[in-house]
Amino acid sequence: MPTESPGRTATAPAPEPAGTDGHGAGRPRVVLLGPQRHPTVDTVLRDLGLCGRRVGMVTAGWREREPEDELLADLVGGNAVNLRLWHRMQQVWEADPELAEADTRRRARLEEMQELYLRGLGHAMHAVADLAEHHARHPDLVEAARDDAVRIIRRMDTRHLERVAEVHAEFWGAWPPHERPALAEARAQVAADLAGVEALVVTGGHVGVLVGAMHLFNVAPQVAHLPVIAWGAGAMALTDRVVLFHDRAAHGPAVAEVFTGGLGMVHDVVALPSARDRLALGDRARMALLQQRFAPARCVPLDERVRVEIDAGGRLPDGTPVLGEDGAITGWRDQP
Amino acid sequence: MTPGPHDLDLAIPGTPPGPGTKARQRKLAINRLRERRPLTEEAVDRFLASNEAPIVEGFRCTFLFRGDADEVHLRHRIVNQPQRVPLRRVQDTSLWAVVVELPAGSRVEYQLEVRRGDHTEEVNDPLNPRVAHSPVGSSSVCHASGYTTPEWTHPDPHARQGEFLDLPLQSRALRRWTHTRVYLPPRFRPTSRYPLLVVHDGDDYLNYAAMGTVLDNLIHRLDMAETIVAFSNPGDRIREYANHAGHARHVTSELLPRLQQDFPLIDRPDARCLMGASFGAVAALTTAYRNAGVYGNLLLQSGSFVFTDIGEDHGGGPEFDPVVRFMNRYRARPRRVADHMYLSCGVYEPLIVPNRSMVPVFESTGAAVRYVEARDGHSWENWRDRLRDGLSWIYPGPQKLVYE
Repeated sequence: MPTESPGRTATAPAPEPAGTDGHGAGRPRVVLLGPQRHPTVDTVLRDLGLCGRRVGMVTAGWREREPEDELLADLVGGNAVNLRLWHRMQQVWEADPELAEADTRRRARLEEMQELYLRGLGHAMHAVADLAEHHARHPDLVEAARDDAVRIIRRMDTRHLERVAEVHAEFWGAWPPHERPALAEARAQVAADLAGVEALVVTGGHVGVLVGAMHLFNVAPQVAHLPVIAWGAGAMALTDRVVLFHDRAAHGPAVAEVFTGGLGMVHDVVALPSARDRLALGDRARMALLQQRFAPARCVPLDERVRVEIDAGGRLPDGTPVLGEDGAITGWRDQP
Repeated sequence: MTPGPHDLDLAIPGTPPGPGTKARQRKLAINRLRERRPLTEEAVDRFLASNEAPIVEGFRCTFLFRGDADEVHLRHRIVNQPQRVPLRRVQDTSLWAVVVELPAGSRVEYQLEVRRGDHTEEVNDPLNPRVAHSPVGSSSVCHASGYTTPEWTHPDPHARQGEFLDLPLQSRALRRWTHTRVYLPPRFRPTSRYPLLVVHDGDDYLNYAAMGTVLDNLIHRLDMAETIVAFSNPGDRIREYANHAGHARHVTSELLPRLQQDFPLIDRPDARCLMGASFGAVAALTTAYRNAGVYGNLLLQSGSFVFTDIGEDHGGGPEFDPVVRFMNRYRARPRRVADHMYLSCGVYEPLIVPNRSMVPVFESTGAAVRYVEARDGHSWENWRDRLRDGLSWIYPGPQKLVYE
């Protein structure tokens, strides 16, 4: 239930203990931030009492620039360890060409699936736009036709996500990670790096690479008890559904598209990093349709200085900026 | 369209007056100068020092010339407009002027024709530092109101540069050595796989359309996928690019296999694109036509797609004969030559009609067609300015996947 004014910082009302050692009581489970051009991650860590603690960093979204983490390490407080997931992923592909080849085939299949889904989606979105242009003699009929079209889009989104999950499940069924020595060894190294870590920071970058790397090294279960702070692609990766969007693409607005399942650490949230830069927020009808497609999940714009603290119960705190049913950004308020 | 006592208006029919509507009500700088009594050469000096030529005031552009002459004409190539427009002497001074209407966003290349006695010469505008270059020389350029050179055509210090490699190749199909320059994107990795773009008139695209810089910038900004680009060059251009079997065979059976052998290319039609402008667009189209299923994408700029609906008199000269024969055959029985086709054309060039006419024909084959027009002419800077739109459509960058 949206409220009138969205806050920059939203905190869950009654956070549950996040840690198992007694130190993490009261900490949020996940903190989603806006872009870090003017970093606030240091403030967040300080507020959570994690200053100077051992913090894991995932910069895999930066791909070959993964090692350029000096500034982030400084902000985190010096006792940081970069999990080097992108680098390790390259090493796995090099050491296990058979697995790499299978991964290439998987990606080619996913790529074509995405293309086909997008092609169909484009037609369905066009139908919605077309109906909106129709001069209604009976508005209720137009509304019903529009609802039908939106239902089809929602079905396409859901089916696509299921099919993507099937491809991944098939891949891991055929290539069990514990049977691939290079991958098993790299996973063990990641696990060793994570031992003693008290929080995880996940940066932005290429969301496909980031989600792929975090899945490959099975990061999510290993940090289930830790506070995780993420922004950009990192924030998207933590959700259960990654939605790509870019209304200001070089050749015109792109249709928002479901891409893949995320790590599922945050449920029923569609993360929209840099929404003001990337979305036509002024186009209320467009934004309303975006929200309608993914309801009851909430579309959360993550702009500069936004900080959303989610507790272990996964509740979205009151005041979190969300897209309302009318397409305007409003503040979230949970049911009383 | 008729020159007034002081002005000559070159209004483009059917275009809105644009942002210059209010300017029509204001007195133009040249008219304020004309009203001076007496009008001295010193006043002209000050006028020229305080105005850039041509003077752009809303949709009105004042073209100027200063010097001794018996006649001065503005020469341009805007289709369906008088292409030789007289300048008039401003009172008894050495200054000549004409006012021309140009819709917002226009970019027009022009020269001045100056007659002194029996001697006539065409020169670039000495008062205008903006010059566009092409293989056939240079022209002055008028940037009408609202036109700005896209910033992504200028070198960006933050963008890494790609690498160029020379690829000389002995062609049996063309019976000559061919010279291709291969662009490898920044951060090229031999272990990755890349889509391929083959560019006709490659050196001209590099020299006159800043395509190396554009590629660096578009890839840096994630607008375009990292791509390997082969800049090929013609020998006898008019012959090789006009639906020539040898050219199509060279590109597909000689150049493409060599590129596949030397570079890590994605081996699929959707990762191959042929590109060209003018006759180069004909070469790209006909090469794809002759090799069905090999090329999934075409990027065609101001294609010389001349055809006739009745008879064979096309008015384009003998070099267009093979083109017209091909286009007429193709229009009679269109078939899909690529899945994605990007077409662009300037509305001020004579080829606008054939290009517009081909859009529904290409669409009828089931191809996804994106067609873009610009208020520009048959020029390299027009083709340069459309590169971002075309390349990002053919090979979209990972921008939608990257979130800071």
